[in-house]
Amino acid sequence: MHEQSTFLSRLQRRPEAWLLAVILLAGLALSLASPTFLTLPNIVDLLESYAVQAIMALGLFVVLVSGGIDISFAATASVAQYVAAAMAAYAGLPPLVCIGAGLLIGVALGLLNAALIHYVRITSIIATIATMSVYFSFLMYVTGGRSIYNLPDWWTDRITFYETETTSGDLVRITLPIVALLVAALLTWLLMTRSKVGRQLYAMGGNPEAARRIGINIAGMQFFAYGFLGFMSAAAGLLQAHRVGESVPNALYGNELAVLSAAVLGGASLTGGIGTVPGVLLGIVLLAMLQNGLNLLGVSSYFFQIVIGLVILISTSITVLSARQRRRRRPIGEALNV
Amino acid sequence: MSEPLLGDGPAAGHGLGSLTARLQGGLPMSEIGLPVLLLALVLGFALFVPQFATLGTFQSFMYQIAMLGLLSLAMVVPLISGGLNLAIIATANQSALLMAWLMKALLPASAGGPTLLLVILAALVAGLLLCLLIGFLTGALIAYTGVHPILVTLGTKSLIDGISIYLTRGTVISGIPDIFAATGNATLLGMPVVFLIFILAAVVLGIVLQGTPFGLKVAMIGSNIEATRYSAIDTRRTLVGVYVTSSVLCFVASIVMLAAFNSASAGYAQSYLLVTILAAVLGGVDPFGGFGKVAGLMVALAILQVISSGFNQLGLSNYLTVAIWGLILIAVVAAQTIHQSGWLVRRLRFRAAPSPASKP
Amino acid sequence: MPAASTPYLRLAGISKSFGGVKALSDIDWDVRPGEIHCLVGENGCGKSTLIKTVAGVHAPDPGGVVLIDGEPVLPLNPAKARALGVQVIFQDLALFPNLSVAENIAIERHLNRPAVPVSQARMRALALATLQRLDFPLDPDKALSELSVSERQIVAICRGLAAKARLIFMDEPTASLTRAEVRRLLSIVQKLKADGIAVVFVSHRLEEVVEIAERVTVFRDGRKVGTWPAAEVDQARIISLMTGMDIFHGVVARDMTKAPPLLEVEGLSRAGEYRDINLTIRAGEVVGLTGLLGAGRTELALSLFGMTRPDSGRIKLDGQVLNLTSNRAALKAGIAYVSEDRLSLGLVLRQSIAANAVLAVIDRMKNGLGLVGEGRRRALADDWVKRLAIKIPGLDKPVQTLSGGNQQRVVLAKWLAAKPRLLILDSPTVGVDIKNKKGIYDIVAALAREGVGILLISDEVIETFATCDRVLHMRQGRIVGEAVPGQVSEQALEAEIYA
Repeated sequence: MHEQSTFLSRLQRRPEAWLLAVILLAGLALSLASPTFLTLPNIVDLLESYAVQAIMALGLFVVLVSGGIDISFAATASVAQYVAAAMAAYAGLPPLVCIGAGLLIGVALGLLNAALIHYVRITSIIATIATMSVYFSFLMYVTGGRSIYNLPDWWTDRITFYETETTSGDLVRITLPIVALLVAALLTWLLMTRSKVGRQLYAMGGNPEAARRIGINIAGMQFFAYGFLGFMSAAAGLLQAHRVGESVPNALYGNELAVLSAAVLGGASLTGGIGTVPGVLLGIVLLAMLQNGLNLLGVSSYFFQIVIGLVILISTSITVLSARQRRRRRPIGEALNV
Repeated sequence: MSEPLLGDGPAAGHGLGSLTARLQGGLPMSEIGLPVLLLALVLGFALFVPQFATLGTFQSFMYQIAMLGLLSLAMVVPLISGGLNLAIIATANQSALLMAWLMKALLPASAGGPTLLLVILAALVAGLLLCLLIGFLTGALIAYTGVHPILVTLGTKSLIDGISIYLTRGTVISGIPDIFAATGNATLLGMPVVFLIFILAAVVLGIVLQGTPFGLKVAMIGSNIEATRYSAIDTRRTLVGVYVTSSVLCFVASIVMLAAFNSASAGYAQSYLLVTILAAVLGGVDPFGGFGKVAGLMVALAILQVISSGFNQLGLSNYLTVAIWGLILIAVVAAQTIHQSGWLVRRLRFRAAPSPASKP
Repeated sequence: MPAASTPYLRLAGISKSFGGVKALSDIDWDVRPGEIHCLVGENGCGKSTLIKTVAGVHAPDPGGVVLIDGEPVLPLNPAKARALGVQVIFQDLALFPNLSVAENIAIERHLNRPAVPVSQARMRALALATLQRLDFPLDPDKALSELSVSERQIVAICRGLAAKARLIFMDEPTASLTRAEVRRLLSIVQKLKADGIAVVFVSHRLEEVVEIAERVTVFRDGRKVGTWPAAEVDQARIISLMTGMDIFHGVVARDMTKAPPLLEVEGLSRAGEYRDINLTIRAGEVVGLTGLLGAGRTELALSLFGMTRPDSGRIKLDGQVLNLTSNRAALKAGIAYVSEDRLSLGLVLRQSIAANAVLAVIDRMKNGLGLVGEGRRRALADDWVKRLAIKIPGLDKPVQTLSGGNQQRVVLAKWLAAKPRLLILDSPTVGVDIKNKKGIYDIVAALAREGVGILLISDEVIETFATCDRVLHMRQGRIVGEAVPGQVSEQALEAEIYA
């Protein structure tokens, strides 16, 4: 009665496969409708502009796998970015000190979230809603909402790793945000698939009680996950200032739900234990593609939110409904399995 | 067991016994803590802020609390049912936009009294119908697909906001009939009309949650939806009811918003979304669902608003207010955790203590 | 087994208290290497506390000694216990549904060796090697969530083996297995024994496991009653040792053929669950329904309660054909169902006793304005607490603060408040202590005297014989036999069920 789990049937069950199919289809449609869509410059441009959100999504993905959720990461990114910017612009401190301080602040704020969740036993969503208001509001209060425009050159100068001209004469640059995104993705992928910590995070997200019983250090894992997200958020924050050449305290704030949607679209489960790095990247790609494609088609950018809403509703409903159908078939098979 | 088990029982008693038992049942520490905090805040501000203890402060307090209060009520019902409605602000804004647009479009330049009232009435009915529709669709989606409410309402929020922004191109619709705003901002017995609307909505919701079968079912669903379903309760219908109730409260909030802002936009009050959750949890609503009372929420709202008013008069930034709100939530939840579980004591006594789940 | 060999595990003078309650008193016990040992006792007798103490989850009270390979090992913690070779397979198996078979089996390898990078290939190899050791063909790439319960159990055993277990506790391993699956499990246990790994079965149903065990230890009320070679004790003896009393005396079966039929089920079928069911329950009759877990008993009950629709056939109550579109329709017709899963389906544990007691009738209680006051809810709940003699600390306390027996009485109160004509009880005494069991049987008998028809589903033939007028036997979705207690012996029916 155990049907062989063929490659195809296993593939079908992976949400990433569906997502990839949707992306390919949407890509095909968009490239037919708009000739500029499927050009190298446009794609590289897309990658660069979504690198910041993608890095945050990778961090958030780790927290989601561990069975938690975090709403405060954009606020964390803003605080880390602003402090580092102030150190660089006002105090003129050297690059390593500023970057180090920014990343450290990200980790520290993440660890604070973990402490509230683990020791004070506040539900992760409530705890991080609270810390989000605290982090962000203090930032706005202390800075008075003033932006820092005079960032030093070492921070804002464009770093190009590779440059080439296409046959059509467009310039294609592989810049720092793209490389940073690739490094972040590789790091997260190694962490989640190749390290002991990754195994434990998946285990903990799948069955926390069992994880505790086999001796996984739940507190340690929680601190790691939220600390990692803090680190990634801070990195994304520093990168965002690099791209736009200034530090605006509320520039990143408000991105939370879009990043969360991308991770969830990519197959990360809100109940924990499920999700992959390629899936999260695909989730970001789908959102980026829809926004960019609709733009190129001349559809009002106001329309974008409607599309995101529909995509979230349809994709989550399909995932849950198909999972439920599989479950329903199971006990019946077991009942007659003699 | 000589009496028949299934015989008709004694008439349901309303005697003194049940009353005293009811009084004894309530008022654990956590329910005293919040009013004490509120009192301390009021006294503190009254002492240190010269203009605080005046009628003016009190009236502006009542104006300001109404909108946040109504939106929080709309958040509380889904929270008790074990869910969340992230689309409350989007729903309220869309309802306000629809009503504002209708009033502007239908109203001739020099409309007389009866036409004016008719148009306003038509707009209100349209807003209510829109909210009913949104609530019904949201609830049906949650009840019949079983997708987590966070995801569903994240989707509906994006969808509703998207439609509002798309149709208005992000603009503000103003030009509401004067009488609408005037009525909303009028006072009755020294209390603003919007505040009275809020209090009325809170009282009605309190009765619905505490005193009707629906209220009990919502709480039971919030704690364990499957066990509730096995108890012959129509959990799907109840869930639809939860989100319809939430949306109807959004409709009431949209009336107050329209009166307060004198205009409508897809972007109003967006920052209130997370504050409503904060207020609910501060007011004792269990974020896991199952428990929560309107009375607790009211005290929490008063605390938040008193801090806001006090800081305002001290000339402190709004951002500081929000930061303090967040800190208060963390502090209150932490105090509850420590109080409830004797957490500190246990943790100090033996470090490798088993979790409660592993008791024999 | 050579008696002279040092025991692998030895406990001396182990006690454990929770608050003021002594869960274990002064236990001396040992397990030999490669031994198959049965640890039996009623629910709440202390056997799970004992396992958790050995597994390092609970710290025993000061004064006792735990020796492994002759060495004192206290204080223990879960990691240390596993490092010493003690593995526990809990009833819920504690596996990870989101991971593959290989990842589940190899998980502990990744707790102990931080530096080694995780390799899917190595995890697969370890899983395959372990599965091969047990001669059990299973695709290591399959998701755990796709496996049947018995396959998951094997995965749990493999996980223990992969972590170099020397002693494996299995908590109620046979509860949800078919006969064939139990045989397969026992043959795997024999292989473990051959490898020198000791296995302790913890169970309250023991027939199958006693066959292959060497020794049996009986626990009662937190004390060890004794340890015997398995050959010297039979099941009846073990049960009387376990319970310390004999509540299952005599047969209560009455001839109810004169009573008017209440429930008539004709040709009821539902694909994959049950087939061609015909049965009659008369007013005031108590009918037992027994058989293996998974025989379709609960599935049939759920259809009678309107929670699933049968594909064909008819359900009649008082001669009226019922169209059960939902359990609300069933309850309205007078059918109530006490679920086998009291903790997650029977009660809303975190909510108050009063709220649980009124839940099923809340819609009937509202007044003209649609309101149900707190006072009326409490009065109704209070009335039922008194009628069923439920011991409660207060109506507003969460129902989870009650003992298993009192919780089950709250479930009964919830349904009895709706005045049912037919009450379906699915394994109503699981996790209920012996005194409360008796109390629940008394309630059943009282209801029957008042004309309520009862369908009592139970794993334990002995329980159905002590309460029922007739006992039906279900197998693979069909009713295959009927026994009248007194005319047929328990042993005969058990032999038929486990054949």
